[in-house]
Amino acid sequence: MEQWQGYIGLILQGAVVTIEITILGCIVALIAAFIAGLGRISRFWPLRWLATAYIEFFRGTSIFVQLFWAYFVLPLLGVPLSPLQAGVLALGLNVGAYGAEVVRGAIKSIPREQYEACTALNLTRFQEMRYVILPQAFVRMLPTFGNNAIELLKGTAVVSLISLSDMTFQAQVVRAQTGSTAVPFLTILLLYFLFSSTISTAIKRLEWRLSRGLDGTGS
Amino acid sequence: MEWDWEFSIQILPQLWEGVKVTIQATILGTMIAMTLGLVLAIARRSVNVWISRPVGFFAEFIRGTPLLVQLYFLFYILPDLGLLLSPLTAGVVGLGLHYSTYTAEVYRTGIDAIPSGQWEASKATNLTANQTWIHIIIPQAIPPMIPALANYFVAMFKETPLLAAITVLELMNQARSVANYHYKYVEPMTMVGLFFLAVSVPSVILLRKLEALYAPSDR
Repeated sequence: MEQWQGYIGLILQGAVVTIEITILGCIVALIAAFIAGLGRISRFWPLRWLATAYIEFFRGTSIFVQLFWAYFVLPLLGVPLSPLQAGVLALGLNVGAYGAEVVRGAIKSIPREQYEACTALNLTRFQEMRYVILPQAFVRMLPTFGNNAIELLKGTAVVSLISLSDMTFQAQVVRAQTGSTAVPFLTILLLYFLFSSTISTAIKRLEWRLSRGLDGTGS
Repeated sequence: MEWDWEFSIQILPQLWEGVKVTIQATILGTMIAMTLGLVLAIARRSVNVWISRPVGFFAEFIRGTPLLVQLYFLFYILPDLGLLLSPLTAGVVGLGLHYSTYTAEVYRTGIDAIPSGQWEASKATNLTANQTWIHIIIPQAIPPMIPALANYFVAMFKETPLLAAITVLELMNQARSVANYHYKYVEPMTMVGLFFLAVSVPSVILLRKLEALYAPSDR
């Protein structure tokens, strides 16, 4: 029993790493999603083109391939990355590409009257986005962002393959040391499920809070 | 870092072996995902809560946990239970099972979109439950789902590299073994990425066409 406590401790250490990567990855993804999403609806074609190239590139290959490329090839091209940096960067940029489409779709779904009203009120393009369009669009982005965050959490398991000691990695360690597969893997499956449920509950709360006072943007 | 053309051409045959396994895994995985997804979707709609609740929870659980961990679980646990699966079989089952929870959602929304008049008319003409599903509901529900299902087909194709983690010799694993053998990472890893891009970028265009073709028309 005491022995199992040690192993549980190991898995919990991994859980901390998993949470860390998820949070850092989500920050990178959120920034990338807004830059690329706004880039896609920009009036300047080079920006639109760049954003499309980024989105298609990262959506065209899986996180696994991108991670290995970032970890094995980038150092040879003169960009040394630690496993953590490679993991956060690959996950963030990958999920960011999916998020960019969400940002674009949500902004496009804001009715035309809102834009016309902004023009009528003589708002600058920045003011229009900042005070009128984005606050409404953001609420519409939230549910899909929640799903994207869960995809990112699930993607973190892959970093165990580039020797980052996340939850999956630690479960493998425990498996190697005890010879038991069921206990460590069931434990981490439950923990992953707990984390993803936490994300979806948190997003629902946030959606509810942000949608107060905005009518016409759906429940 | 120079790109070595001679080396890239030299490793092509070995990578091609991997491509074959990748395609095989994608097709088999898709077949499982498409059929099992439909079963899950129908079971989730069951009026018997002893069927719909556990199936719903199972689907949520699978969707909330990483595919990689599920693959490990299948790969290491099943032999303990006396089921000896080849790595490819375990991988295909894992992939199919994971994506069936996604396709189930597609089926579910597709079925929900069938107007209740269709159900009532089936009842009025005295069709059995089976007849209603097979002759009335499914034939109408499937066409609008095709773009979304095709989307998951492409997604599964991109996720097959994960099978490398359970020793399936698909494209990514072949590339890794070539890379480790020659200690040259740039060419094989980049070629894997390019291969996936070369397939997924055209399929994105194809998907848009499909969407236009099967867009739910106004009834």
